[in-house]
Parts: sequence; C-alpha cells; structure tokens
Amino acid sequence: MVWETVIGLEVHVQLQTRTKMFCANRTTFGDPPNTNVCPVCLGLPGALPVPNAEAIRLAVRGAIALGCTVHETSVFARKNYFYPDLPKGYQISQFDRPLATGGSVSFDSPDRGRMAVGITRLHVEEDAGKLLHDRFPGKTAVDLNRAGIPLAEIVSEPDLRSPGEARAYLTALRQILVYAGVSECSMEQGSLRVDANLSIRPAGVTKLGTKTEVKNMNSFANVERALEAERARQEALVESGRRVEQVTLLFNAATGQVKPTRSKEESHDYRYFPDPDLPPLVLTPAWIAELRAELPELPEAKRQRLERAYALSAQDVRVLTAEVPLARYFESVVEAGADAKTAANWVMGEVMISYNERGSFPLSASRLAELIGMVREGVVSHQAAKRLYSELADSSDEAPRAAAERLGLVQVSDQGALTGWVEDVLAAHPGEVVRFRQGEVKLMSFFVGQVMKRSKGKADPKGVQPLLQERLSQTV
Amino acid sequence: MTATAGQQGSGAATARDTGARLTRAEPLNAVLHWSQELLDAEGARVDAMRTPGPLAAMPVALKDNIVTVEQPTTCASRILEGYVSPYNATVVERLRGAGAMIAAKTNLDEFAMGSSTEHSAFGRVKHPLDPARVPGGSSGGSAALVAAGVVPAALGSETGGSVRQPASFCGVLGVKPSYGRVSRYGLVAFGSSLDCVSVFGRTVGDASRVLSTISGPDPLDATTVDRPPMGVPKALPDLRGLTVGLPAEYFPADLDGGVAAALRRTAEQIRRLGGEVREVSLPNSKYAVPTYYIIAPAEAAANLARYDGVRYGRRKVGRDGDIRTLYRTTRGEGFGDEVRRRILVGTYVLSAGYYDAYYRKAQRVRALIAEDFRRVFEAGVDLLLTPTTPTPAFKAGEKTEDPVSMYLADVFVCSMSLAGLPALSLPVGRSEGLPVGAQLVAPYFQEERMLAAAGVLERHLDAAAEVR
Repeated sequence: MVWETVIGLEVHVQLQTRTKMFCANRTTFGDPPNTNVCPVCLGLPGALPVPNAEAIRLAVRGAIALGCTVHETSVFARKNYFYPDLPKGYQISQFDRPLATGGSVSFDSPDRGRMAVGITRLHVEEDAGKLLHDRFPGKTAVDLNRAGIPLAEIVSEPDLRSPGEARAYLTALRQILVYAGVSECSMEQGSLRVDANLSIRPAGVTKLGTKTEVKNMNSFANVERALEAERARQEALVESGRRVEQVTLLFNAATGQVKPTRSKEESHDYRYFPDPDLPPLVLTPAWIAELRAELPELPEAKRQRLERAYALSAQDVRVLTAEVPLARYFESVVEAGADAKTAANWVMGEVMISYNERGSFPLSASRLAELIGMVREGVVSHQAAKRLYSELADSSDEAPRAAAERLGLVQVSDQGALTGWVEDVLAAHPGEVVRFRQGEVKLMSFFVGQVMKRSKGKADPKGVQPLLQERLSQTV
Repeated sequence: MTATAGQQGSGAATARDTGARLTRAEPLNAVLHWSQELLDAEGARVDAMRTPGPLAAMPVALKDNIVTVEQPTTCASRILEGYVSPYNATVVERLRGAGAMIAAKTNLDEFAMGSSTEHSAFGRVKHPLDPARVPGGSSGGSAALVAAGVVPAALGSETGGSVRQPASFCGVLGVKPSYGRVSRYGLVAFGSSLDCVSVFGRTVGDASRVLSTISGPDPLDATTVDRPPMGVPKALPDLRGLTVGLPAEYFPADLDGGVAAALRRTAEQIRRLGGEVREVSLPNSKYAVPTYYIIAPAEAAANLARYDGVRYGRRKVGRDGDIRTLYRTTRGEGFGDEVRRRILVGTYVLSAGYYDAYYRKAQRVRALIAEDFRRVFEAGVDLLLTPTTPTPAFKAGEKTEDPVSMYLADVFVCSMSLAGLPALSLPVGRSEGLPVGAQLVAPYFQEERMLAAAGVLERHLDAAAEVR
C-alpha cells in the first residue's frame, strides 16, 4: 500500500518582550529559579492579570506577516487543568475568538517545489512554568520564571505531506517571524517549540486518518526525524492490521524513537470559558493598519529585491537573506561602494564565518568596502586582503590601507623591482626556462608563483606575468 | 455601645477605644484577626501623617478575603489558614492613604460563599441583636461589627448580594458599587465578573466617604472603568424631581409581613418627600438566582483551582505521595462542603457537552436581566426600590441543610450583581425587633445620586421603629 502522510504543526513562539504577558516581571532567559516572579505570575490570591501592550503589538505584527486577518475583537479564555507548573490552575489563552485567523506561508518544498501552507490561526497566551526533575533527589522542583511569558501559538492547516516538507515550512516560518521582529525563535532557549500532528491515509483517499501528536523535539532536524519515526510507526501498525490510536508521543533524540506518553486522561476537557478578569481585546482598524505599514521587509520581498537590484543568483540571495543582519550588512557594504557580486562573495565567505563565530560583524561595512576597493585597485592581493580582514577584525579603528602598509602587504607594481625579482627567478631555474621555451607553457604559473614567493607575496601578479612573458620569449 | 461614627480624635486614642470595643465584641465571633499592637501601630501611622486624609483616624474593618500584608488572609478557609499576603489590596492602600486605620479582619462564609456566615471554617458569626440568629452573609463579620458599633465602616465583598443582604439583616447601610468602579486587585476572587468590594457604614455619610476613597480606576485591574472616583454626595433637602420605580416582581404575595410593611412605609415617605413612585416590571429577574448559580460557580471553580498545595497555603501530601494525591488530599481536606459543592457545580456547567446548555445560556439570560434594568431606567425611572431580603434575619441552622432555601435568601439582590449595577440596602424599620432593609438600585455609575437619596431617607425614617 502507498501511504500519504498528512502533517499539521502547532508552533509556539515567545514574543520578544521585556516583560511578561500579564505582569511586569522580566523575561530574561536563564535567571536563577523563581527570581522573575510576582503575585500575578505566582497566582497568589487576589492578583489580577493586565495585558502587556507590547506583546499584543508583536502578535499582531506576526499575524500580519503571516497574511492573517487580524480580528478587531478577540477574547482571552481560561484553559483549565491542574499541573504543578501552572500556578492558577488555568492558562490564560484564546479559544473561540483568537487574535487572527486565515494566513499562509509560502516556501520551497523539497518534494513539491514552491507551495503555500495555510495558517489556521494565531492566538496569544501565557506560558507555564518549568518542572525541574534533577535538582533535588527524589523530588520535583518548580521554576516559575517562565510562567506568564507571552507566547503566540501558530496553528497550520494539515497541508504538509512529508517530514522534510514540515521542516522546510518551519524554516520559512521562523525566518518570517525573525524578520518581523516578533520572536527570536530559538529552540535551544525554548522561544520556539513545535508540536506536530501526523496521520496517514492510503494515497488518493481524502478522509483524514487518526492523528497523533508528537512533542519534545529540540531542533528542526529532530522535528523531521521524529515525524519520520512516527510515520514509520503508523505505517507498521496499519500494515500489520492494527489501528492508530489518538495518542501523544514524546520524541527521544538519543534513540530517534517516539514513545506514547502514559497519560490516563487522553481527552482532556479544558472547560474553556472567557476570562472574566480581562475585557475583550479590541483593536482599532487604524492601529492594525499602522502596524501593517511599519512592518519590516519580509524574506520573500527581500529576496526578490536583492535579485533584481544587485543581479545576484537566487542561490546567492538565499544565503545572504538567511539572516536579517547578514542581508543588512551586505547592502551596507554595497552602499559603501563595493561591487555587489564581490561584496556577496565576501559576505558569504569570510564575513559569514566570523559572524557565525562571534554573532557580530568584526569589520564595519565601510571598512570592508574599502578593503574590497583596495583589491580592485591592485593595492593588495586577494590573499593579502583575507589576511587583512582578520587583522582588522581585532583592531577597531585602523584604516585598512594603513594596516596593509604596516604589515607590508601593499603590492609592488614598480617595474624596476618586479624586473629584479623576475631576473632572479629565471636565473635560478634555467632548466624550467628551457622547458618553457620548448613549449611547456603551463610552467608560467610556476614562474609567477616563484616571483610571488621571492617577493614575499608583494609583487602585483598583474605586472609580473607580462614581464615574465617578455623575458621568456627573448632568445638567449 | 460607644459612639463611633465621624469621630476626629487622634489615631492613638482611636486605637485604644477600638481595641476595647473589639474585645467586648468577641462573643459575636465576627473577627478572625486583630491585635492591639497592630491597631496601635495604625494609630501611630495615622498620627504621623502630615496631612490628615478624608478618613483621618477612622477605624475600618476588612472582610478576610481582602489581602493585607500585616495580617493573615484566610477567606475563612482551612486551605488558607495562616496565609499572609506579600502585598496589600488596592482598596487597603487607598484606605490607609486617606488616613483610615485597618482595625480587624472579619469573619465570612468560606471564600464568600454563603448567605449566613455559617459556612466559616472558624465558626459562625452571631447576630448582634439575637445570638441565635445569623447576621446574613457572606460578609456577616463586617456587618455585625458595624451594627455592634465597633467600627463606623467596614469593607465587605459582593458577588451576589453578600453586603446588601447582611446589611439588611443587621440594620446598617450596605452599598455595592457598579462593577468596575472599585478595584478588585487584592480581593480574593470568587466570581470575577460579579465580585465587587463593597462598603458597610453606620450612616450613609460614612459609607459614602469610604466608597469615594476606594473608588476609581486601577492600572492593576483591567476591569476597572476609566472614570473619576465617586464624589461624596451632597445632602439634599428632599426628593423632589426623583422618580422611583417599584418592580412588581420584587413584591411577591408571600413577602414577609414586616418587610412588606416597612417597604410600604418607605414608599410613602418618598412620596411625602416629593418623589414620584411608580410601578415598573423586571420580568427576567425571576431567573436571577438560577442564572447566578451557574455563572458564579463556573468562575469560582476556575478561581479556586490555584489552591492546590503546591506553592502556598495548606498542603497535604497524602498517602501515595504523587501529585494527584497531593491535589486530592489538600483540596478535599482544605475546602468546606459549600465550597466543594460550588466547585463541582461550576466544573459541571463548563464541561464539554454542557457548556451551551448551562454557561452560554446563563450568559444570555444575564444579558436579558440587564436589559430589563436598562429599559426601566431609560423610561425615566431614576432609582428602583425593592426589599433587600424576603425576610428579616433567620435562625442559625434553619437553612444549612437546604442549600436552595439558603440561595433564595438572595433572591432580591442577585439580579443587580448580574447586571453590574450599583445598589444599596438602607435600614428602614424593624419587624419584631429585627431590622428590615430597603434596597435602592441606580443606573450604572449613578452611586452618588443613589446615596444622596438614601441620605434623605435616612434623615426621615426612624430605622429603629417597629413597623406593622
């Protein structure tokens, strides 16, 4: 039997605010347990939630970036369940009247090429705390720093057909949200989390099979692995004549396997109802329009513009736009006078390596542009420029030209000096000279290399070759 | 009893006198926490204030579901026994800022669920005039203290009549503001869409000054309304120009004879003072009690989920030592019967498959009840007059075995809570020695006018007189 896989994803992203969703505590990651807490996020008697306007702003911005309809009225609801990481015994979320519905994300599927995934809804909610099982032997500790952190939950339509496609969608989704400044989307720091729903059905059938939910993936690669494992598990079940049960499974990154959770209460009744502590969230059309207008350029638009404006290949543009700062840096280098293709090569090479290492750019865009200009003008060789790049990275203000001089990297194009080096090299290699004159012309690069060596890299290769040509063609 | 209201003595002297009165009032079991030491500290604090506030040296008691830093806040529940809040409620900050002294924390029905203050984990409150009777509830402790002359004013809380009903039973003034007029920050939640911090006063004047002090928007409560605090109502000479509606549905044939007589006398007095009295109809009010007993428990079930033994309050690990057992044991032993009953009802009405039949329908009926009021007020009625309770104070134990008969003690006060309207209960006479209250209801945010009218009636009605 040929099976079709159907996948939908629920993605939680942390809205990048300074303070929590319903109180003024900081959202800093990694602070000592229970230091960013107050009566509101501890759920103390009498405390009340007050919505964080910045969180709402970011969520609306995210919704616009995903092409959703932002609703002028949405309603906070209580999702009731007992768990030690949930201080109030309910989570403040949105239920039947979410902030936004009906968007889509376009991306390149590894299987089907350019495609769009529907976004069912985007709603705002507060995070729960964290249980620490390894802090005290035999006991579970509760850290409520995370309780009340603002989240947007983004639910996709079941439009994805393979684990690889799910991963490609996640990559595109993350890029949009980072570009829009909505979330840092770091899976390591928990600011992006994925719950995946998967079902299978015989190819050609339209009715959906029973879906399961897979959780506990800490990277996009592991989302793909987990979904592959779950797809295989479901296919094996059905092919051996059994049925897929509606369960929640946890992915184990070490074994690559998924295991059903031992939950007795499979069908939770969350008893959602409108939170009476929070009036309906009413947004004016003018305000929504304002946010739409100030939305930064999104990845797709940026790619199209860079391709057109700088005559770059789609592949180059994809690399350059992988992260907003890289693209912004590239454009600054070009603005500072560098040739676009050369700038792109630098950014995709040396710059990206150092950015990935440091998380910042060691050279200002204008200094890199100056360096690129020096290569073009023949002041330094490309090799020397690479060395200069790392030298300059550690000095904040030295001008590239000054550094080139200090390090003796300025190319020599003075005819007298070049002729001297050329004469020396030809005298030292009489055998090669003879062979060249007998027709072994590929030795030219050997001679150039020797001249460069003798000049300690300072000889301008553009001046060396004509001189060599001239001397070698002379008869003795 | 010593006179109390309106005194402008020093904080230190007031602390001494109030302490003496609290000691004498101990048999009422109206107080859960007080100490002479804290009272003296309050007195010293008030005496040190550079400008004496509008409530300078006024001792005020607080229902023990309003959180305070200096005293425990138990909600009369075992589950919060010994709990001390790390912050003060907004109303506490405002009272203290105005020069009031926090005198005591008062007894209540557990988590404000009840109409007699018999459902307290720390024993029932006795009626100041007859220890065999109840003071009403759930703010029975505050009502009894004011009635006994221990404090001139006290805060209670209303979810469905919990200040007006005991005010009526005890013969004091009880005023519930419009929903959104007073901050709920620091009022332990019961039914969040209904809860209102409310005020008891020996006089309309005292209650008005306290309500004016605690009213006004609060950035910590998103449901407060952005309107200026209530002004202190001016004394009116009479009621000329005032139209008062008597909703027929609130004067049933089986209304207690004494209550009916007191209300007749009140209506006559309004006419004599120049007011116009006309009959009106609020047909949907008859659904108020069942509607209330869906919405309030639903919200309560969620609001009380936080008492789980994980972070604060009572914690009982239980035999198995797992988290489910911790929840079950902590909550099973920590909550009393009435609270458990309402959590069960609230959980049920929100359950999948029942939500539409109960909670959603109740919200629709709630809107209809509010619409009735709106229609009557739009037709030119300024205030409504009704009995506050169907009978005077009943005997302790009379209704504890029959929850529904207890719930019906609030039959005339629930609808205003559902509609979010301001209302008050004013003592208007006695029946066989027991106080009878009349209820005034005003349009949204018309507290000032309502209290001004109550002030006129207060001057012209002898509340201590027996009526027949």
